[in-house]
Order: sequence, then structure tokens, then C-alpha cells
Amino acid sequence: MATAISRTARASALVGALALGLGACSLASGTAGPSGSSGPSGSSGASGGTVTLVTHDSFALSDGLLDAFTQRTGYQVQVVQPGDAGTLVNQLVLTKDAPLGDVVFGVDNTFASRAVDEGVVQPYTSSAPAAKDAAAYAAGTGGSLTAVDYGDVCINVDHAWFSEHDVPEPATLDDLTDARYKDLLVVPSPVTSSPGFAFLLATVGAKGDAWPQYWTALKENGLKVAEGWSDAYSTDFSGGGGGGPRPIVLSYASSPPFTVPEGADEPTTGALLDTCFRQVEYAGVLTGASNVPGAEALIDFLLSDEVQADIPGSMYMYPVSTSVELPQEWADWAPLATDPFDVPAAEITKNREQWLTQWSQTVVG
Amino acid sequence: MTLTAQRAPAPPAPAPGRPVRRARPRGLLGWALAVALPLAFLAVFFVWPVAVMVGKGFVVDGRLDVSGFAEVFSRPRTWRIVGLTLAQAGLATAVSVLLGVPGAYVLYRHTFRGRAVVRALVTVPFVLPTVVVGVAFRSLLVDGGPLGFLHLDGTFAAIVAALVFFNYAVVVRGVGGLWERLDPRAEQAARALGASPWRAFRTVTLPALAPAVASSASLAFLFCATSFGTVLVLGGMQYGTVETEIWVQTTQFLDLRAASVLSVVQLVVVAGVLVVAGRARSRRERALPLAVPDDAVRPLLLRRAPGLPERDPLAVVAVAVTALAVALLALPLVNLVVRSLRVGDRWGLDHYVALGTAGDGVLVTVWQAAATSLRTAVDATLLALLVGGLVALVLSRRPRRPAGRRALAGLDALFMLPLGVSAVTVGFGFLVSMHEPFGLPLDLRSSPLLVPVAQAVVAVPLVVRTVLPVLRAIDPRLREAAATLGAAPGRVLRTVDGAIGARAVGLALGFAFAASLGEFGATSFLARPQNPTLPVVIFRLIGRPGPEAYGRALAASVVLAVMTAAVVALCERLRGTTGGDW
Repeated sequence: MATAISRTARASALVGALALGLGACSLASGTAGPSGSSGPSGSSGASGGTVTLVTHDSFALSDGLLDAFTQRTGYQVQVVQPGDAGTLVNQLVLTKDAPLGDVVFGVDNTFASRAVDEGVVQPYTSSAPAAKDAAAYAAGTGGSLTAVDYGDVCINVDHAWFSEHDVPEPATLDDLTDARYKDLLVVPSPVTSSPGFAFLLATVGAKGDAWPQYWTALKENGLKVAEGWSDAYSTDFSGGGGGGPRPIVLSYASSPPFTVPEGADEPTTGALLDTCFRQVEYAGVLTGASNVPGAEALIDFLLSDEVQADIPGSMYMYPVSTSVELPQEWADWAPLATDPFDVPAAEITKNREQWLTQWSQTVVG
Repeated sequence: MTLTAQRAPAPPAPAPGRPVRRARPRGLLGWALAVALPLAFLAVFFVWPVAVMVGKGFVVDGRLDVSGFAEVFSRPRTWRIVGLTLAQAGLATAVSVLLGVPGAYVLYRHTFRGRAVVRALVTVPFVLPTVVVGVAFRSLLVDGGPLGFLHLDGTFAAIVAALVFFNYAVVVRGVGGLWERLDPRAEQAARALGASPWRAFRTVTLPALAPAVASSASLAFLFCATSFGTVLVLGGMQYGTVETEIWVQTTQFLDLRAASVLSVVQLVVVAGVLVVAGRARSRRERALPLAVPDDAVRPLLLRRAPGLPERDPLAVVAVAVTALAVALLALPLVNLVVRSLRVGDRWGLDHYVALGTAGDGVLVTVWQAAATSLRTAVDATLLALLVGGLVALVLSRRPRRPAGRRALAGLDALFMLPLGVSAVTVGFGFLVSMHEPFGLPLDLRSSPLLVPVAQAVVAVPLVVRTVLPVLRAIDPRLREAAATLGAAPGRVLRTVDGAIGARAVGLALGFAFAASLGEFGATSFLARPQNPTLPVVIFRLIGRPGPEAYGRALAASVVLAVMTAAVVALCERLRGTTGGDW
């Protein structure tokens, strides 16, 4: 009977595929589709059409902002979020021939030059008022990427722990290798976390070719490497609400305002501004976009005052625009580094794999 | 009433099923469809995306390039991670089986107050996102945590413990499903003839359970071997596995050559395990005297049962082991609940109240996400039941020719592969292959359709592994008897296989549903639409700064856990009421 099965199988495959298709239809009708549009990028012809924004998991804007864009321009926005910031550019590279959408937001300066080199984005110069401010962050993007926001990745300390234990707080990268701070530092892994990689870049910027020796010293001083930011900040860090054992953590310059206790007016943590690396997030029109005007309109919108003012509260980054005001608690408790460490984007792309491999050999063993 | 026609024990040798009459063309077409439909599903939504993705690593400028093998195998790290993968998965599987078999006995062979709750509880870990398990486990183990004195944080032991945490339910449910229908009289006869409880268990019950044990163990092994988040969160890079290495090479370095070589390595390892498990299974698999669960399941009495000469020491050990296992399982879950109730320096339900509001970078409320999750999981479960049910039915046949048996064994292994192949490969494979697949003018990559499909691909093997042992244990003489009495093949299928299989479906239903609810591997790489599922929302919330977002993520995890437990309990209840007599 088995041979008979295999003989008829080929003939029936067609019927099977048909049945599969029918099943698929019933499934689709059972699942709520994305609001307002039927396809990701196909229907750009009709009445304004759809513009598809490809972005990372952390993208968010306040409710109603994208609707305002639709009202003003007639373009429906469909957001697709195929993963975290680290994998976004690689996904775009892999889908270059049939792009996932029209416009990307969330390519950061550690991946920017890969995106440009691979031809994932096409040139566009925004004429929005904030475009002049954005241009200050455009280093090495060849006109294909528009800066939208930025932030500093810095070492954070738990003030409460240090005053309780009567130990002076560290201030610089070199302090972290001091025996007084043994077993106190936790950082997310550069291999699995974007802020973790940013901190590796801070040490590359600060120490040059001697960065592996610095990490060896950190390791000998009891460094703990966690998998991701939330793991380090919420589980290992003593000041992050999870009540962990370590009072020094890698986080953001914008983290301290979130640690103001109920009823108090000062945060219990602070950022060390001499340990920072600056992350810049870019937007760009995807090569092969089916709705280029819509994509360009959306980039202009990201630079508009209303979105720029919304960015701190929604995405915890600093707007590139100098004409919007920061939230009061940011102005008070989240100053930026005056002179963050810097590594040119092209250097990062060229050396990413080698640095991460060497970091793994040095720290993980 | 038992399923065997006579009261005698089952025939010792595999009873070859004899086709009583020549199958008619209509029946043949039916079987062909039953094979073709699942194969088409697997080919389109698994084999094709994986092949395209792996192919990208081996084809450079249009030419085949396999030099990656030499390069990857010359790295000492490759051999270390292959060894670590096998060690982690092997050890965790062994522990899961050692703890799970007594668990199956206690939870499926006995009744006691609260059994439904415990059964549902052990399934919860299975669906929790790894980020949450990371929190639940690590905050217990971290220095200064409740179990900090054990110094297990970041150790190999912690990874194995977490893997067992995930897979205990796999063994308990897999083995329990068969055990609860096993006719107890064979063992009782052995005892009456003077065998000790241990001897009766070892020589009568255990051999009968062997196929289910092998089945569950292979499932657990596949889950462990492809575990990605758990390994990284709990152990870090030093305990990297083939899976984590594929993730790093693909998502971080875009080194598709290395990733493809590692995918092939993973495939070879997994196929090897499946072959070994398949052998172990088929050697033992035979028709078993099955019973209606109500006959086989007894109240759990730890005191000496009236009328029995002594209390059963094995039962006491099983209860002790299970109590310990459930307590250990509950520990991280309780920790999660406790943490979700912590608001600053005080306790409260604030985080739960906040579940009803959107914000913190998530545009939907947790309740909306929960509804999306449920809807998606229903779609995925129905799809998985259809495909998996057909596969199980086909696999339960016993063709006479060796070629036919080999074909079935191959089919069996093929449908297990989705559990053994990296979620990164599958997820990225979807991205590169589902734009206008096969020339069709549609972009499936960002379609809401692909999420339940991706979940169903993972749930199908669970359905097969749960339903198949029961179907295979059906005495072929039952079918022959029905046929002799004049029933057409379709009717035999409906009244024998259908009736008995339907009772296993309840178990498979809960399992597939839980797997769909928790799936966060391949789906996390899909271009997800605007309606995120609950695990996705939890993942986003936990990555946000501020204690409110963190607390909300933990509260949402508790909601996911409770939802899962409720659905699983409901499925089991469904099974209890609708499974009429046979």
C-alpha cells in the first residue's frame, strides 16, 4: 500500500496545495489584520497609499501621532518590526532585492556604514527645519541616512549603595579597574546587546589598540557580563528596582530620571559622563521602495517638532532638533556627555567581527 | 471495558496488520491526500525557507562553495560548542526523564485533590518567554538572592536546571498520555505472581511505556539542543551552543557561510538523535492493552490501601520525587509573582492595574495583546491539529514491506525537524523566501498569516508525538474485527482510530496551544504586524527603562502564565467530558 501511496502522492499534491490555500484563507479571516491597510507596500497608487516603516522593537511614538501624519499627508503608515536593533540592518541586507518596506528607522551609527556600503538605503536630503540640526550627526553616511535622535551609553552608579558603604563613587573608565570597585560592575555582553557593543566601542575609543588589556583588567577586577541590558539593569544592578548585588552597571545617560523614588525629587542613580559612547539613530529611504514620496514624507515627519518632542518620552533618546524642549526631569537629571568617546563608523564596520571575536577570547575565554 | 478483544495479555511480537480487503481507489486517494497535505505544508513553510537560507551560505556568486566546512571545522571553538550542545541537551533530557516519569505516574495514573491545578502548573514554564525565565531564575540565583548561597548564577548547572524547568512538562505529558490508558492488569498479574513492585514495573510497565519515554525524550532533547535564550541569559557566551553560535553568526556578523555550516552540523546532530530515538521506539512499539482511563486511574493513597498487603514503596518514591520537582518548578514562578507585586518599597497590585493602559512604547494594552495571542494560538492550534493529526494517522499504519516502513520512519523524522532547526535560520529563511513565494504575487513576510503558520510548524511535532503513541498502541485486531464485521475502511478509521485518537487529541490540543502561545523563536524574526502577541509585548516592556515598565512586564508574564494554565486545564477537562465510552 505504501508504494501505491507514493505513486498517487504526486498527483494529489496539487489538491493538497489547494486545500492548504483554502485553509490559509480561513485562517487569515480569523486573524485581525493591521488597521487601515491590506498589504505592506503594494497599494501605493490609490488615494495617498500606504508607506511601510521598517524599524526595531524599541520604536514607539505616542498614540495618535501617526494618525496625524495620515491626516496631513494622506499616507497610511504600516509599521513592521522584524526584531531588535542589532539584527535590523542584517535583515535589510538580506532582503535588499525585495525590501520589507519603504523607509527604515533605527539604523544606529554602529551599523550605519554597513547599511550604506550594502546599498540598502538611497540618498535623500530632508528639507524639514530640523534637518540642519540632523546634519551635525550625518558623519560618513553619504547623504543616505538622516539622523533622528541620539543618546549616550554610559556607566551608571547606584548613589544609595555608595553612600551606604561609604565608598567614593568611581568617575572614569580607569577607576573601574581599581581594587576598591572589585566585583561591583556588570555590563551587557557586546555580542548579544547593542548598548553592550557601544560600551566596547567606548573602550576602543578611549584605549585604542590597548582595549583588550583594559578588558583583561576589568575581568580581573570581577567584571560580570550579563546577556542583555534588561538582564544587567534589572537583575544584577542594585539600583534598578530588581535589588541585585552590583552597584555599577552599563546603561544610558537617560536612565537616572527613572530612578526618582515615589515622593522624592532626586534620582538614586547617576551616569558617569566620562565613560560614554554616543549612539545616533538614523532613518533612510529603502532602495527599491515602492512609495518613495511617502518614505520621504515620513522622514520629514520624524524631524517635525511634534515627533522630536515626543522622542524622549517614547523612545528615551534625545531629539536631534535644537528647537524642542526636553522634559524637565531630563534637563535636571539626564545631562549628556560633553565629550563622548568616538569611533568612526567605517572603522566599526571594518572591525566589528574581529573586535567581538577578540573580546570573546579576552573576556569569555 | 478494555480495548483488547480477549482478556489475555497482548501478543509479545509486533502484530503485523493484514489488510483485510484490497483498499479501494477512493481509500487510496484519501491516504495520498493525508500524506500530501502535511508534506506540502512542511515543504512550503519549513523546508523551502530553510533551504533558501542555508543555500545563501553555500552559493557565492552563483557557484557552489563548500570551503566553509573546512574553515569552520578548523576552529577549535566549533568542536567545543558541539560538545557543549550535546552535553547540555543530553544531561537536561536525562534529568527531565528521571523526574518526569514519576511525575507522569503521579499526575496521570492517580487522582487527588488539586491534580488539575498541578497538571496545569507544570505546563506553565513551557510558554514563558526566556527573558522572563531569565528574570525568574537569575533573581533567585544571583548573589544576595534567595538561593544565592548556592553560587549557581552563570554556571552550567543553572542552564541545565532551566532547561529541565522548560521540559519537565514535555516528559510528564508525553508519558502520562499513554500511561493513563495502560491496562493495569498486566502489572497486577505480575504482582499477584509474586513480583516485587520494582520488578513488576521494570519488566511489565516500563517496557510498555518505552515508546512514549523515547518519544518524549527526543522532543525534550530537541527543545534543549535548540534552546537559545535560556543558554545565553543563564550561562552567557562561555556555554555557547550550536544554536547561539548560529544566532551570533547570522544576526551579528552576517557571516552566512559559517551560519550555514553550523546549520548543517545542527541538522546532522538532530537527525542522528532522531534515528536513535526512532530505533529505540520502534523496537518497543507494539499493540498494548489499553484501558479507559477511568479504569486505570486510581485515587492516590499514601496510606496502605485496604485489601493490599503492603503499601507500594514505588508509589511513595514517585510521590516524593514529584512533590520535590513541582516545588522546584514552582519556586521561580512564585518568585515571578512576588516580584510582580513589588511596587517601589511597598506591595500592591499597581502593575496589574496598569496592564489596562497602553504606553511605555507599546501601543496596545496587555489585554489586547493577550486577545491577539489567544486568537493567533487558536489558528495555529487548529492548523497543527489538522496537519499533525493526519501525520500521526499515516504514521500509525504498519505497512508490510520494509520500504514502506522506512518511508514512514523518514516521514516521522521529517516532521520532527522543525524542532531541531535553529529558529534564526527559519525566521531569516521566512524573510528571504516569503516575498512572492513560488511566483505568487503576495508578500507573506509581513502578513498576519505567517505568525500562526510559524507557530503551527513548531506545534505539529508535539501533536504527532502525543497522538501517535496512543494510535500505535491500538491493537490491530480491533480494526480487523471491525472490518470482518463489515465496516468499510473509512468507518474502521472513524470508529476505531478516530474514537481512540480523539481522546489523545485533548492532550495534544493543550500542548499545541501552549507551544503556540509561547513561541518566540521564529516569530520574533518575522516582520510582525501592528498587533503584537503577548510574549512580544513582554519582551518590549522588559527592555524599557523604569520600574513601571519592568513591573508591568512581570505582571504581564503572570497573566501569560495564568492564561496558559487555564487553557491547558480547560483542554484536559474537555477531554474528560467528551471522551465517551468506546
